Amino acid sequence: MREYPGLRRRGFLAAASGVGALALVGCGSSDNDSGSDAGSANDGKPRRGGRLRAAFAGGGASETLDPHLANLFADVARAKALFDKLADYGDDLSAQPRLASGWEPNAGLDRWNVTLRKADFHDGKPVTAEDVLFSYRRIADPEKAFRAKASLEPIDLKASRAVDERTVEFVLKRPTAEFPNVLAAFGAYIVPDATSDADFDKKPVGSGPFRFVSFAPGRSAVFRRNEAYWDGAPHLDELEFVVANEESARVNALLGGQVEYAHELNPTTARAHEGKGQIEIVRLRNSAMQAFAMKTDRPPFDDKRVREAFFLIADRQELIDGALSGAGVVGNDLFGKGYEYYADGLPQREQDLDRARSLLKKAGAEKLKVTLDTSAVAAGFTEAAGIFRDQAAKAGVTVEVKMGSKDSYWADILDSGTLCCYRSGAMPIESHISQRLLTDSTTNATKWHHKDFDALYHQAQSTKDEKDRAAVFDRMQRRLYAEGGFLVWGFADWIIGTARTVKGVERTAPANSLDWARFDKVWLA
Amino acid sequence: MSGLGSWAARRLLLGGAQTVAVVVLVFALTEALPGDAAVALAGDQPDPARIAAIREALDLDRPAYERLADWATGLLHADFGHSLTSGRPVSSYISDAFGPTLLLAGLTVALLVPVGVGLGVLAARYEGRFVDRLISSVTLGVYAVPEFAFGVLLVTVFALRLDWLPPTAVGYGTDLLGHPAALVLPVLVLLSRPVCSLSRLVRAGMIDALASPYVAHARRYGIPGARVRYAHALPNAMAPAAQQLARTVDWLLCGVIVVEALFVIPGLGTVLMNAVAERDVPVVQGLAVVFGVITVVLNLGADLVAHRFAPRAEVAA
Repeated sequence: MREYPGLRRRGFLAAASGVGALALVGCGSSDNDSGSDAGSANDGKPRRGGRLRAAFAGGGASETLDPHLANLFADVARAKALFDKLADYGDDLSAQPRLASGWEPNAGLDRWNVTLRKADFHDGKPVTAEDVLFSYRRIADPEKAFRAKASLEPIDLKASRAVDERTVEFVLKRPTAEFPNVLAAFGAYIVPDATSDADFDKKPVGSGPFRFVSFAPGRSAVFRRNEAYWDGAPHLDELEFVVANEESARVNALLGGQVEYAHELNPTTARAHEGKGQIEIVRLRNSAMQAFAMKTDRPPFDDKRVREAFFLIADRQELIDGALSGAGVVGNDLFGKGYEYYADGLPQREQDLDRARSLLKKAGAEKLKVTLDTSAVAAGFTEAAGIFRDQAAKAGVTVEVKMGSKDSYWADILDSGTLCCYRSGAMPIESHISQRLLTDSTTNATKWHHKDFDALYHQAQSTKDEKDRAAVFDRMQRRLYAEGGFLVWGFADWIIGTARTVKGVERTAPANSLDWARFDKVWLA
Repeated sequence: MSGLGSWAARRLLLGGAQTVAVVVLVFALTEALPGDAAVALAGDQPDPARIAAIREALDLDRPAYERLADWATGLLHADFGHSLTSGRPVSSYISDAFGPTLLLAGLTVALLVPVGVGLGVLAARYEGRFVDRLISSVTLGVYAVPEFAFGVLLVTVFALRLDWLPPTAVGYGTDLLGHPAALVLPVLVLLSRPVCSLSRLVRAGMIDALASPYVAHARRYGIPGARVRYAHALPNAMAPAAQQLARTVDWLLCGVIVVEALFVIPGLGTVLMNAVAERDVPVVQGLAVVFGVITVVLNLGADLVAHRFAPRAEVAA
């Protein structure tokens, strides 16, 4: 009777309480053999068999297996086991081919031919160009609000067509050099043509490494190995996802041998068990950006000297130690440390209170008073706010910390206030810019509106040569580093606990990337 | 007994009104929370256009009174409506989650009555002596420990250190009877505080009753001590205890959230918590109706029991 759109609460990128990423790689990462096995060294030869039980925080009784609704970490992990995307993100958040075996743009970068690999759905039917178009049209349905809809916006789906069984011609609304990122977008999974909404809960059919066995929303989902998987059958016989929202419950279940894999642990838990031999702690570095967002369109932050002063007020290591219990690395006021196109040539910003004071004086902002919005919406937010308040006091700035509602925080801070706690999960730098830093970006929390900056972005998107494109992204990041609105103070680890028998868990892929929460390459020793 | 009948009917009517009031109040309060389901659903992607689209798809753009009226009309046909977030019927949420919570509550009550009453009687019998002081100090002490802390303590000792019991019920879903060991710790945590309050009430009631003129009179007739205690004094002590018990059952059904979260039991508490966080108003309302009805019925039952045991106490509605 009622149309329901996608997406449940607790956004995927800001999911419940943690930060981060994990990746599982066994023999060979993704589908090329050159992949580094650095993270999973000494794990020995994969063994076939067994059931792995993995505990995630979930969405309770309203969970579904519809991959286009995937919004929580648990949803994505389940979707990843049952379904495939055309592409997915590698460790540096660059798009890696998956169901697509390749892509070729025209000279104008606004028409892309995507070739599909030979792959079958669980019911034996091949994955065809029509399935791809059906899936994308479903996601883009104007009546619904699937999360990936915004990512697919550049595609003109009416004009796009199937050239043959295994070739799709995508017609774009404008040149998009980073189009493969669209194919890898969160939730852009390929489902069989004509799948109806009701099919997903009862008998979801995908092309992923595991087949559906059973599902009870908010409790458990059981999947079995897909012997015919195009990327090689998984080592595990069975995979079970269980839902435990309390971190303590996940840890206890892991310690008590009730699960073999616990997602999203606290740094304090990790410290208590690291190296004790009872369980393995896996830390995925650089997984979640931690920042303060300054609104650049209103006082006091409409003066770039004030923004720079704030950059210099932050003692980043103290924030990491205090707010993240040491589980992270310092940031340099730029998104995406370690990702493709990251401007790593810029000097690391350090605390410099004298210079901060003199900048504030020049800006006529001595005795400055600012309200910092925060909320318990993500781990470390309230702690970070308190620490920054004390640091600012040393530079003569009075920061008043204001606690906001957890459930509407992200909507509240979008337009109101001047300074707030912010964080983001991993995504390509290009997506970060297009979603948050262009004049017409829908979630522009720093109110960064600069026509010349927009122009640079569009220039990058119509630049075919990768080196030239990297140079444009570098220019944009230099600008943000000098006077942007994001004070990126750190990148948090994503922490996972596994039983000692679990092998092949990749340790270098950030959350949201292909090898994170990927169970077809792990095995039980 | 006809007086009792009309009294019960009046109580039922009142209870119905109370339930309606609870539902309206819950609706008003959920409306008053900052943000709605659309905002909660959008999470960290608060794209205004998307929020507007979700709002429209969920009918949230209609005025509040219309939505309440629609929902109440459905309720008259036993239709609890559909969840805003999953589209599944609310009745399936309730029926799925009712089992585990009922099982926990049932087991707890089944153990609570003998243990609570037994300890209370025992303490009253040895009033002021060692047994009484031991029971009193232990019950006071345990009562002071919050459930969460007590649960963590029990898990650490009995599940993780001694390895006697499973630490959680994760993966068992609603089939808890198939894994009875997983029930031990949750029931212990649930029992801990009600046992204390119940036994202290029974003790106090017993001591009062034992000191009362009618007990003294019964003793003068030479009626044996045990019979005086159990047939004459205990029923009087039971009146306040029965009401306390009813309140405890309310608490068990509505307030096992902590235990369910700690031990990963997919019951009503878990559903309620998720629904509130998601601003899933139809689910919250459905649960409010269920909890309201249970509370009314239980209190009515408790008052009837009190009426029966101690008619002179003039138990008021």
